[in-house]
Amino acid sequence: MSTKEKTWWGVAGVAIVIYALFPIAWIVSLSFKAPSALNNGNFLPGAPTWENYSLILTGGASDLFLPALRNSFGICLIATAISCLLAMFAAYAIARLDFPGKKFILGTALAVAIFPVISIVTPLFNLWRNIGLYDTWPGLIIPYLSLTLPISIWTMSAFFREIPWEMEQAAQVDGATTWQAFRKVIVPLAAPGVFTTAIIAFFIAWNDFVYGISLTSTEAARPVPAALGLFSGASQFEDPTGAIAAAAVIVTIPVIVLVLLFQRRIVAGLTNGAVKG
Amino acid sequence: MASIEMKNIVKKYGDGFPAVNDVSLDIDEGEFMILVGPSGCGKSTLLRMIVGLEDITSGDMVIGGTRVNDKAPRERNLSMVFQNYALYPHLSVFENIAFPLRLAKVDDAEVQRRVNEAADVLELHEHLERKPANLSGGQRQRVAMGRAIVRQAEAFLFDEPLSNLDAKLRGQMRTEISRLQRRLGITTVYVTHDQTEAMTLGDRVCVLRKGKIQQVASPRELYEQPVNLFVAGFIGSPPMNFLPAQLEGSRLTTPFGDIELDERRAAAVAGRDLLLVGIRPEYFEDASLVDEAKRPLGSVFTARVDVTEWLGDSQFAYIPYEAPDEIRTQLRELSKELDSEELRTQAIVSIDATSRIREGRDAEFWLDSRKVHVFDPTTGDNLTRDADAGAELTRMAAEDRVEQVQSAEGEGISAA
Repeated sequence: MSTKEKTWWGVAGVAIVIYALFPIAWIVSLSFKAPSALNNGNFLPGAPTWENYSLILTGGASDLFLPALRNSFGICLIATAISCLLAMFAAYAIARLDFPGKKFILGTALAVAIFPVISIVTPLFNLWRNIGLYDTWPGLIIPYLSLTLPISIWTMSAFFREIPWEMEQAAQVDGATTWQAFRKVIVPLAAPGVFTTAIIAFFIAWNDFVYGISLTSTEAARPVPAALGLFSGASQFEDPTGAIAAAAVIVTIPVIVLVLLFQRRIVAGLTNGAVKG
Repeated sequence: MASIEMKNIVKKYGDGFPAVNDVSLDIDEGEFMILVGPSGCGKSTLLRMIVGLEDITSGDMVIGGTRVNDKAPRERNLSMVFQNYALYPHLSVFENIAFPLRLAKVDDAEVQRRVNEAADVLELHEHLERKPANLSGGQRQRVAMGRAIVRQAEAFLFDEPLSNLDAKLRGQMRTEISRLQRRLGITTVYVTHDQTEAMTLGDRVCVLRKGKIQQVASPRELYEQPVNLFVAGFIGSPPMNFLPAQLEGSRLTTPFGDIELDERRAAAVAGRDLLLVGIRPEYFEDASLVDEAKRPLGSVFTARVDVTEWLGDSQFAYIPYEAPDEIRTQLRELSKELDSEELRTQAIVSIDATSRIREGRDAEFWLDSRKVHVFDPTTGDNLTRDADAGAELTRMAAEDRVEQVQSAEGEGISAA
């Protein structure tokens, strides 16, 4: 590649990065602005202030925000864990076993994934109210599973297919039961796939708004995205934009931490050296 | 250590195609048995049925006196080396080798001792802490063997273990496997399509074709007394030459002159018309280099040489010949089955490296007619096979083996 080409690639790359990061930078900037400075037209906050953060963490909005944060974490982690565990077994079966209806299961999973959330949320609302799941954690975990399971099954079965079947047969010959072969050989080898899937599933659950706002009514189960929509300013004449921006920054942090934490586990190619490559 | 007996083993897949068809084979305790054949002959399927990774459609698989048809692989106590090694990439070399012991819940000190013992045998000590990804092909192969020898298995099973190595390493590992087997004296079944491995490693070799056993015998017997065209063509490199021949009394007329048969062979082929004569490349020689004393034992003919290949220690000449159409199609089908593509009917003859025979010229060749075999072109049967001589060769090989195992054991004791 010539120097000229390299420069062009560099310039294009920087442009894309700026384009992608600009809204985030804007939100960060908004979160540090005082309410009076919100509409001053400057990109950078003239006098950075922690006012918005203290409002949502300790001030008037903390009653709304902190329980929501707790709910979001709890519900999303549980939904992710269940979905990963179920998807692991399902994906293993799909990748390894030959059973009737395999295509049907994969097809159904895809159909569920593309089914519009908005069309089922109203019946679900009525159903949940009748059976007492409305405004509870399980009331959100169950619909979140319907969002996360299909994609988890699809991603994990792709990972499981990559694992050479000989690994498992070798383990069986070495004296392992099917379960031992799965636990001691397949699961460690599939770990990068499991982590990748877990992160994707967590994001999907974490970002959900429609279920969160429709199936909850109090701080008993309301997740952060729904809570953000309910923020109000200090008075009814004041815009809550600053507080919302601060909350948005805070909920982005766990996602970034998660990716940084598992980045090294996600690297592909763990199966290098298993078989002659 | 155990014997393996197979009785009328059949493996049919879903579409009813028999991959293994009525195979009966007895493998003695401590014997090194090779399963060999062109691709798709069912040799790997047979091995996988022994180890339990493949269901048996019908027949009995008996290991060490117990029928194991319905036993899971882990209950059969066999160890296997896979073609692609199948090492566990998330475990160190030490843990890879220790894996079967860990599963058997052997205590830590014992695991240490036995893994170190295996590492000694395979010279893997400096690699024990490394991951398989950081090893070379040969080292990975040794780890796979280490995992096989670390526990006291009833038998070793090898599924083309050397086919992924380069030629030089393959030779080294081949002798290594042979030495290891003699030293441990453990029953071994080894699948390969490489005939060098088949000839050098095995006490006995089982040649398979389309799921059926063709011949089970010592390498020497296979080479000198093959049972049919297929075995004759498969064993030996370069392969045996098959020439069309007309029978007149005890004399065969071939494109390379007449061959006089001895009494026994003449009687065996009597009453037939068109025949195939099988002559190994080394039964030929440059006529000018043959001893006067040897000359009368064979016949001399003149032929035009198409190509010569000089390899330093040996030399091959290619001599094209004409064959009737029916023979030609027969030979083409045979070569297709043997995974090769014979485009023209030509004989490959081995001549002395010092021979001055050159391409494109007529030359005089001498043909040793004492060891030629005569085949029935339609059935492929070897009409002149001397079963007694063959059995004698295999008996001698068995004697040699007993002697080798005893001396290996003696060495083991003196080393300890």
